[in-house]
Amino acid sequence: MKTIYLDNNATTRVAPEVLEVMLPYFHELYGNPSSMHSFGGQVGRDLSVAREQVAALLGASPDEIIFTSCGSESDNAAIRSALASQPGKRHIVTSRVEHPAVKALCAQLTTEGFRVTELPVDAEGRLDMDLYRKSLTPDTAIVSLMWANNETGVIFPIEKAAEFARSRGIVFHTDAVQAVGKIPIDLSKTAIDMLSISGHKLHAPKGIGVLYVRRGTRFWPFLIGGHQEKGRRGGTENTPSIIGLGKACSLAAQNMEAENTRVKQLRDKLENELRAVIPNSRVNGDRGSRLPNTSNISFEFVEGEAILLMMDQFGICASSGSACTSGSLQPSHVLRAMGVPFTMAHGSIRFSLSVYNTDEEIDFVIEKLPPIIETLRSLSPYWKAGRQAATG
Amino acid sequence: MWDYTDKVREHFLNPRNVGEVEEPDGVSEVGSIACGDALKLTFKLDENKRIKDAKFKTFGCASAIASASALTEMIKGMTIEEAEKVTNQDIAEYLGGLPQEKMHCSVMGREALEAAIAYYKGTPEKAVDGQIVCECFGVTDREIERAIRENHLKTLEEVTNYTKAGGGCGSCHDSIQELLDRVRLEMESRPASKPRLSNIQKIRMIEETIDREIRPSLKLDGGDIALIDVIGDRVIVATRGACASCQAANMTLKHFVESKLRELVWPELVVEEESQ
Repeated sequence: MKTIYLDNNATTRVAPEVLEVMLPYFHELYGNPSSMHSFGGQVGRDLSVAREQVAALLGASPDEIIFTSCGSESDNAAIRSALASQPGKRHIVTSRVEHPAVKALCAQLTTEGFRVTELPVDAEGRLDMDLYRKSLTPDTAIVSLMWANNETGVIFPIEKAAEFARSRGIVFHTDAVQAVGKIPIDLSKTAIDMLSISGHKLHAPKGIGVLYVRRGTRFWPFLIGGHQEKGRRGGTENTPSIIGLGKACSLAAQNMEAENTRVKQLRDKLENELRAVIPNSRVNGDRGSRLPNTSNISFEFVEGEAILLMMDQFGICASSGSACTSGSLQPSHVLRAMGVPFTMAHGSIRFSLSVYNTDEEIDFVIEKLPPIIETLRSLSPYWKAGRQAATG
Repeated sequence: MWDYTDKVREHFLNPRNVGEVEEPDGVSEVGSIACGDALKLTFKLDENKRIKDAKFKTFGCASAIASASALTEMIKGMTIEEAEKVTNQDIAEYLGGLPQEKMHCSVMGREALEAAIAYYKGTPEKAVDGQIVCECFGVTDREIERAIRENHLKTLEEVTNYTKAGGGCGSCHDSIQELLDRVRLEMESRPASKPRLSNIQKIRMIEETIDREIRPSLKLDGGDIALIDVIGDRVIVATRGACASCQAANMTLKHFVESKLRELVWPELVVEEESQ
């Protein structure tokens, strides 16, 4: 059975071009970049090329790029550094819809004596910027807001938020794991101090991340060890993955236009046709400011895990924000923060596309999903009532 | 991805007995859309008072659908008395097991069956049975206690897996833990099979337990204990040596001696020190 992979916000396939450039660093060019011999030294030079490639995608300079093991490490390092370097400040501003890498860390920090403000979002998943401005205090050490939401694709006005933080002298961090490679970013034109990337979300392998740290930003290392990354992150470099991430960033720059035209068209087609055919369905999240590849659709009165398993029968891969798939017993914290009604939240499905998806794949999903929803609704004790409410 | 058995998958993809029985003898609706799963069960009896037909409608995940499908298959042909004995483990076993995190689906099946039987019998519906412990999912202390006893649950996580209690905001975790500790203590100290003892047997067992389990520990601290008398469930003892003058002696008696004797002899024993 063919796999139709529409779960690219979870992880992506390693691009064939990326894999190809990585392979020599496993078995031929396996030297340690810190070594004094030229065998290791040449790897060190290749790493600087990769660093330049990453920096180019972000509009940053290579010395502002720190390689880490993942997006979560980057988030932890950024927030912990801002707190450690400003010992007098005890307040953190973030949002209710952050990725667990930020959300759970902030919960942990409250037990360590820090104060955390979690900004609410509206029904479309948008931030209230007035409330944001009011939340900043002289005690605020760092603002950490995600650039784009992993579940809904909603994009926060991060440039504006960063500028305001800078005007108040507050460090600004953004988890841009979902945004990088999908929307154009030029850090040289922003006031962002720190930014997190995860390699496997943009066709590089798992196990490699980046923390961008603007020149002049005080940084306290999270992982203490050797002098790697100019003493900002200990641990021997994951050379094959860094090389791969460099290539992936170059590819992402090349694909940026396709992402925002062809991929976006596929996403819109999927979303519009499903909503036209399936009654009592809706899109979650601000359609005016959204990643081009993400669609979060709710099908009322059915449950997400059941939908996923039925789609799995056809090789279709997606995610859900329902309770049974969220790892807890409640629907996703993002949908709850948006106040999505329970009848909708449990039946939410996230499709996330990539440049590898085709028209045929999207047509296949448009053909297979409506009967699945119909079958599950025929099992649901709520469905008749819902349909009457909708038509009457 | 959940590790579902083939039987769960099969019942999910091809659910049996979907719908509602016409003119049912038993009807129930449990769960809610807010909680993420709900089950409507209907059944009809034949002239011999056996369940002739049973149907379900479920809103929920694969294991909720499979559990309901299994339940309807299981109870067909049963008398009410037989159906009353169906437990959540029976439903899970019928399906070749459910992932721990999904056991609450089998519990929902059992609850629906009980409620439908209560409807048939005309038992008045109780508003809420017990005190609500988990506000997020509306789970009462009675329901939690029952799940602990029937499924021998040992941890908070297991209680959540079976009842959903504590799976939301988490503010009830302390209450669940207290409940769990109390019920576990009662279960461990009151094995159902323990026979009533005669006074002679009881005294002999207390002596043996003191000799074998209690005295050696006390002697390590330079103390000793003597059995003075047993009056009903009251065990009168005297402490000697280091124990007699020790400030902690009372605590030793209460917690250590009593818990050992309750565990190994009789769960209602009360230890008292001989009055001077």
